[in-house]
Amino acid sequence: MHNAIIEAKAVEKSYPQPDGTRIQVVGVTDLAIEPGKIVALLGPSGCGKSTLLRMLSGLSQPSSGEILWHGKQLNGQVPNVAIVFQSFALFPWLTVLQNVEAPLEARGIAPGERRKRALRTLDTVGLDGFETAYPKELSGGMKQRVGFARALVVEPEVLFMDEPFSALDVLTAENLRGELLELWLGKKMPTSAIFIVTHNIEESVTLADRIIVLGRNPARVRTDFNVRLQHPRDRKSTRFVELVDYIYKVMTEPDVEHALPDAEATAEIVLPPGGLEKALHKQPAPVRTVRYQMLPHARVGGVAGLMELLHDKGGREDLFRLSEELVMDVEDLLPIVEAGALLGFATLKEGDVQITPQGITFADADIQRRKELFRHAALEHVTILKQIDSVLKRKSDHSIADEFFHDILDEHFAEDEVQRQFETAMNWGRYAEIFDYDRESGRIVQSEAAPLETIDLNQPSTPSPKF
Amino acid sequence: MKRSKRSFRGFSAYRLWSQLPRLEVSSLPDVLMFAAGLALFYGVLMLGRTWFGPFTAVAEISPSPRALPVYAGYSLLRITIAYILSLSFTLVYGYVAAYNPRAERFMIPLLDVLQSIPVLSFLPGVMLAMVALFPGRQIGLEMGAILLIFTGQVWNMAFSFYASLKSIPTEMREAARVYGFSWWQRFIQMELPFSAIGLVWNSMMSVAGGWFALMVCEMFVLGQRDFRLPGLGSYLQTAASAGDTHSILLGVTTMILVIVLLDQFVWRPVIAWAEKFKFEQVESTNAPRSWVLNLLRHSQSLEAIRKKTVRPLSERIMHYFAQPQAKEHEDERSAWRTWLIRVIATLIFMAVGYAMVRVAILLTGLQPGELKEAGIGLIATFLRVNLALLIGALWTIPAGVAIGSNPRLARIAGPLAQIAASVPATALLPVILLVLIRIGGGLGVASIVVLLLGTQWYVLFNVIAGAMAIPTDLKECCGIFRIDGWQRWKKLILPGIFPYLVTGLVTASGGAWNASIVAEYFNFKGHLYTTAGLGATISQATDAGNFDLLLAATIIMAATVVTVNRLVWRKLYALAETRFRLEA
Repeated sequence: MHNAIIEAKAVEKSYPQPDGTRIQVVGVTDLAIEPGKIVALLGPSGCGKSTLLRMLSGLSQPSSGEILWHGKQLNGQVPNVAIVFQSFALFPWLTVLQNVEAPLEARGIAPGERRKRALRTLDTVGLDGFETAYPKELSGGMKQRVGFARALVVEPEVLFMDEPFSALDVLTAENLRGELLELWLGKKMPTSAIFIVTHNIEESVTLADRIIVLGRNPARVRTDFNVRLQHPRDRKSTRFVELVDYIYKVMTEPDVEHALPDAEATAEIVLPPGGLEKALHKQPAPVRTVRYQMLPHARVGGVAGLMELLHDKGGREDLFRLSEELVMDVEDLLPIVEAGALLGFATLKEGDVQITPQGITFADADIQRRKELFRHAALEHVTILKQIDSVLKRKSDHSIADEFFHDILDEHFAEDEVQRQFETAMNWGRYAEIFDYDRESGRIVQSEAAPLETIDLNQPSTPSPKF
Repeated sequence: MKRSKRSFRGFSAYRLWSQLPRLEVSSLPDVLMFAAGLALFYGVLMLGRTWFGPFTAVAEISPSPRALPVYAGYSLLRITIAYILSLSFTLVYGYVAAYNPRAERFMIPLLDVLQSIPVLSFLPGVMLAMVALFPGRQIGLEMGAILLIFTGQVWNMAFSFYASLKSIPTEMREAARVYGFSWWQRFIQMELPFSAIGLVWNSMMSVAGGWFALMVCEMFVLGQRDFRLPGLGSYLQTAASAGDTHSILLGVTTMILVIVLLDQFVWRPVIAWAEKFKFEQVESTNAPRSWVLNLLRHSQSLEAIRKKTVRPLSERIMHYFAQPQAKEHEDERSAWRTWLIRVIATLIFMAVGYAMVRVAILLTGLQPGELKEAGIGLIATFLRVNLALLIGALWTIPAGVAIGSNPRLARIAGPLAQIAASVPATALLPVILLVLIRIGGGLGVASIVVLLLGTQWYVLFNVIAGAMAIPTDLKECCGIFRIDGWQRWKKLILPGIFPYLVTGLVTASGGAWNASIVAEYFNFKGHLYTTAGLGATISQATDAGNFDLLLAATIIMAATVVTVNRLVWRKLYALAETRFRLEA
């Protein structure tokens, strides 16, 4: 393993909470970036993949463990790397040329040499003619090209990319991906490795030589494998689809062990020193206690839409195909599917999603009845809504401050996540008419006209007369 | 292509003629620039001569109109120097507060308090200290005036810079770090540009506030001593004391002229230039323009000078701070730096502690009668300030909404209102008093008019901006559902302008408290006009040299302003930010 450029040894990132405990964002992880490879880091949103990227690039320090740069410790210095950002992070008051020259300026390179190198790099990424333009005059794709040029001009040993294509539209992203691959395969890039963080499964299978899938809360390696498909990769080919399917399965059913498809031809499992074994079998779990249920960030409307669609399609559908058909990223689709599963409207199996009888009833119901069904399902399966409901029933004034539940969530999630969990819970609870929420006073109040009797689920839905 | 055609045609009278206008246009900017440079140099020379002259305690203020341009020049220079000081202070204070979390914890509340202390109550202390520092020299008095203007200008600028630094996007900061920017490069290419627009707008407001303070501090009486500095403010005050209507009008006209020129030659170009620092991803359609800026941009000689001087220099500085040099000293520097900071912090703490003890001693020496007077004054001024705000809101809300929702009206009324707003209320006080005394009103009425004149503009401008920001689809929606009259105001207009209205009222409230110091107590034609109020108490104490009372009254005023800000405005602000925010 000595030829690794960057090596992460048992790194971990956690943030202190006001109450003295620590929330772990990235669990103990081993990782190595080797020359000549494009490594893709995949994972659901908010799983800590960007945090891992920042630790590897020297931007942030791990809470424990160490980052080695050619076998030596970094000591807070930023090594010779570059980052392409999701938001481009260009300076809008500098021209394209000045933006690309800025990193060279930082290295004290003379103006003449600076300009020459910048122009050459701009030429490589296809931006000649735009030197004097300001970023705001450019389209999103062109802006990201400037981001690439700025990164390449310093000839970084490792090029880091943090969701570089996710702020772009589908066609532009596809085009840029193709060009990136072309430059890389044609050895026109002055870098020896690329590390790309993404939530787009297809993107990772299209580009990467090695794929690492992270699990959430805290981030941990779920699988890590080399891709053996030849470039250019055909998205319609069976092997490509199998690989994508495999990743879907790993991401949706983390507790089941899945087999890599056709290991000879498509991929091979990488076993970094202790890395995967630790992740899959030993599960050191230093702070792991009983997990609080995590709500997927999905809106009720999305869940209802998915149920209707599944019902129309005969009840079962492949996740990958579903995401292609809906032109949705897995990042956007997965929470909806997970929400359906959590509520008992659907089940996930082998990368397929299957509607349940409750789901069918829900899909067929009218507006009012859907609310009833949703309330029933939510009070049965969703921990926080159950808690809120029981507290509201017990209190004499049937109301409670939202801080109470913020505090509960604070014990289990990081700050941003608490907010998202709370928002989702409020969204569901309001729809289900379990409670009303007055944001200004910060109080959760039991819904007045809440008929809390159990409803007969077997009764067929009777659509109210419409005219 | 073009060139070959020309050589083919050869030299001809026609060609010379066709070249002429082009020549003229391209060199016109240079000629103008040269003239302006000469004028500036001459002005500085003339000022320097008088500044270092001997101290003339009672400088004669000439009533002649011919003296006006020179006086205007003096006043302008004072404001300029004070502004440069403010800017330097702003950059340092904002930078430290934004990057040192420990310092931030007390620097920002301090800024909040300092912001609410009325400038004019600083006057006696600052003046006496400066005159004592430079005995027998005019420059002591000058520095006092400049320092006073500085205290009127600096706080909002510092706050704006701090807030900008805090809101730089994380990814942009990371880009600067990962590409190894030195602190200098970070400052020049990221931090300063990012905060430019906020700084420019706050600078405009600050300079307007500078005029306000200037009118008072160029000429005032402190106990037995009479301080005067040649300038527009002293000219106006002298004219007012003499009851010379002609001179007053001339003085006010000169000031308006100076303010309009400043607007055309400084602010407009700067605003148009700052447009490029707008942090936006798409280009806006109607960007502000300035003919002066166009002139500057097309000047070839200026470009040549820039190429020879500014660029190599900035290149040098950038290179000096670039990676290799910066790294070596880092360790040893940080060691003595922490010590230096510790020593300075200790000194500051000791100074603050000593000042607190002195203040406590001073305050215990107060007569109960004086305290009672200050208490009654507080109530009177409180009512007066809020009455002025109410009257201001009552007329500016309908007027502002009318202007804001009618583009044609906005085009005419906008610039007019801007000029009216830029005239400091302190300069108009003599005129208002002249009129009111003639028609039979006293200072009680006049003071409210002055407060109103000083503050209503903030509300008006903000309401106009708010009315312009109400989305068309909401207006159309009201049209379709025939929501009009009072319902339209209640459902659409008032909620729509609410955040803007609150912003305007906050600024106006601070300004009104400050203005009360001049509005409630006025020496005019040898006659003293005064009305009950905390501002009058402060002015009276200044005149009598009663420092105990001055200090007590100032503390009471500052405490009131801070309390009102905390209890009322901040809450309304939070409400405006959450519930009344118009978002897509």
